[in-house]
Amino acid sequence: MIPEIGHFSLILALSVAMVQAVLPLVGSARGNENWMRMARPIAQGQFLFVATAFACLVYAFITSDFSVLYVAEHANTELPLQYRVGAVWGGHEGSMLLWVLMLTGWTMAVSVFSRKLPDDLIARVIGILGLVSTGFLAFILLTSNPFIRLMPAALEGRDLNPLLQDTGLVFHPPMLYMGYVGFSVAFAFAIAALLGGRLDAAWARWSRPWTLVAWMFLTMGIAMGSVWAYYELGWGGWWFWDPVENASFMPWLAGTALIHSLAVTEKRGSFKNWTVLLAIITFSLSLIGTLLVRSGVLTSVHAFASDPSRGVFILILLVIVTGGSMALFAWRAPRVGLGGRFALVSRESFLLANNVLLLVAAATVLLGTLYPLIMDALDMGKISVGPPYFNKVFVPVMTPLIFLMGLGPIARWKQASLPDLAVRLRWAFGVSLVSALIAPVLMGEWFPLVSMGLLLAFWVMTTAVVGLMRRVRRNQEIGRPGLAGMTRSYIGMQVAHFGVAVFIVGVTLVNGYQVEKDVRMNVGDTTEVAGYTFRFDGVAQTKVPNYTATQGYVQVIRDGVELMVLHPQKRNYNVQTMPMTEAAIDTGLTRDLYASLGEPVSGGAWSVRIYYKPFIDWIWGGCFIMALGGGLAMSDRRYRLASRSKAKAQSDAVDAARNLATEGGRA
Amino acid sequence: MKLRFLIPLIVFVVMVGFLGKGLLLDPSEVPSPLIDKPAPTFELSELHNPGARFASESMRGQVWLLNVWASWCVSCRQEHPVLVDLARRHIVPIYGLNYKDTRPDAVRWLRERGNPYDVSAFDNDGRVGMDYGVYGVPETYVIDKKGIIRYKQIGPITPSVLRDKVLPLIQRLQQGSPT
Repeated sequence: MIPEIGHFSLILALSVAMVQAVLPLVGSARGNENWMRMARPIAQGQFLFVATAFACLVYAFITSDFSVLYVAEHANTELPLQYRVGAVWGGHEGSMLLWVLMLTGWTMAVSVFSRKLPDDLIARVIGILGLVSTGFLAFILLTSNPFIRLMPAALEGRDLNPLLQDTGLVFHPPMLYMGYVGFSVAFAFAIAALLGGRLDAAWARWSRPWTLVAWMFLTMGIAMGSVWAYYELGWGGWWFWDPVENASFMPWLAGTALIHSLAVTEKRGSFKNWTVLLAIITFSLSLIGTLLVRSGVLTSVHAFASDPSRGVFILILLVIVTGGSMALFAWRAPRVGLGGRFALVSRESFLLANNVLLLVAAATVLLGTLYPLIMDALDMGKISVGPPYFNKVFVPVMTPLIFLMGLGPIARWKQASLPDLAVRLRWAFGVSLVSALIAPVLMGEWFPLVSMGLLLAFWVMTTAVVGLMRRVRRNQEIGRPGLAGMTRSYIGMQVAHFGVAVFIVGVTLVNGYQVEKDVRMNVGDTTEVAGYTFRFDGVAQTKVPNYTATQGYVQVIRDGVELMVLHPQKRNYNVQTMPMTEAAIDTGLTRDLYASLGEPVSGGAWSVRIYYKPFIDWIWGGCFIMALGGGLAMSDRRYRLASRSKAKAQSDAVDAARNLATEGGRA
Repeated sequence: MKLRFLIPLIVFVVMVGFLGKGLLLDPSEVPSPLIDKPAPTFELSELHNPGARFASESMRGQVWLLNVWASWCVSCRQEHPVLVDLARRHIVPIYGLNYKDTRPDAVRWLRERGNPYDVSAFDNDGRVGMDYGVYGVPETYVIDKKGIIRYKQIGPITPSVLRDKVLPLIQRLQQGSPT
């Protein structure tokens, strides 16, 4: 009965979505206020129906209702409760439902938090979001319905893929989808602006906080996925350039460009067309990501069941959404005027360069991801593109980008002077150069690439400090409190940039100094890795309800002191009879110790894998600092003010522009 | 309309072209390392008759299907009617590899749903399945007269796969000389 309620709610949600896609849009085109005002309640109603459907599916999983095919394929009575909830999005159908839940949730949020925006704008935004959700609800109902019954019911479920039986599954996909799907709001705002012909500072200000929240979630989602891969796959890597990872990384790159471009549009009125195009591209990349992951066009370690009919459906959706909006762009954009002019050396130019570099990076990832497909389509053979390509093309694109990160926040709007910048940043550059030359020596060995990486990281950190100090001093001059007088969006930006620096430190040091050792160990054998002694103390069997495990005991000793015992496991899951390696990791601020069991060799000996990973946690720490920066920026006062009234918002925008002009003048 | 504003649309159209073509290609057809290689030989006890042994060598000179199945496998239920129907048509002998199952469950399962197999070999510990690189049940192999794997289906055989791929292949193989 409950699954039927879910099924029915989903059908109702589709009908409501269709109304949501039509009435507000037509109303705003014809100036029919009643139709426009329906946008908010319809959006909330749609969310209610989708949430009901989702709750029904969760209920089916919690009660292990194996008469539902999707549940029977992804759960088992012995599966612990938290994974049973996670299993809701452990397969294709449920992930798509989660996708739509997120979309309608975002729409609901727009309807609640934009009360004071003009009715016609909100009607358009919600109408466009309704269009997207109509497409995806139809997709679920026609090709991927999670509520299909299995007759006769299965006695026992097939269980969740053991790789997914982890806390990572509970948090990573929802977080990732929040971000992915969140870009739909920025997209809807962009299309609404194109439709209404109103592309101004106020528009940029309204879409900025939404874009920032989405970006923040996406950043965290990607980082969590990376952590998960690191400890769960047992290879000790943190990024594999897998098509599915790339699918989430491309919208991130484009979204990062969008955030920066929106800043210029809001403050200087420039880049309007470019910003709109970026909003379209960012959401389109999210859709392409969904297509790549869900259709089985590409094979990947995530290997979801592939079904061409699903792929065709998403491709048609992509053509309608992206093709339609790019056609609209080609039609409407030429009428949008240019914004304020700026000189070759100015903050605008630096941000434009940042945008171009980020898009180039996204394009190289897209090319690398699609290349096997293109070769196959042109009948030039089946190939795969691996990490060597990505590493080779990515570093040269990122290096100038990160160099610019130091210049951008300090350069003046409109016109900056290079000699002036050089004078202001000479200390930052000197300090970072010297420390970058020395630091690798302290780590034990000097490598040029490590020095280069650290130079970039220190450069970002020191320029951030210079920028902050200047602001503090200037605030004090005009009698405002130093730190507290700064806007949250400025602090947020510096925090996020600092996060990038932390991230670079992590990547550089791991690549430079990690030690990976595969050894055959008898009971009592020891091996030395990076100053730590590892002693293998044998294995024992353990058993929990859904798997049995062989657990190893690895004693870690440093300077004769027994520090800890690591417990790597080899698990055998009862239902899917799939052996899984569970690495044991001791996490530390400056290093991770990583042990995992290979195969039993002979006479009680095992092949054991020992890794020493210096500063690896800085990689994810950096990502979370970036996300924190995004959160700070989004909570800036002026976005809350922005929702007051249109007139007020526009006058605020003018004020802000004036303030910035003076800031720039004083800078 | 200025042409440069059309550039994004044009780039997108080209990309859609490739994506569309990609959908028509099947990436799961990544050639299995076993295709066109000799099928791993095995000898196992029969499911219904624990005393008797089934040896894959005994199939030399015939084209046959090896279907990996289990009573715990949900997709097998979906596939099963297709196999029962195929068996009724007596086109090709179907042998089962009962994978990581228990005898009572498997026998009951076949009794309820019909038995399309000439014989099911009982691969209790999944060792033979491992030789064949089974990573999802059901899987089906077409093995020719010389004992060489000609086709591997991962996942259930659907009527359309059977009609368009498997049956034409079997017909071709059966017409070939037995040497």
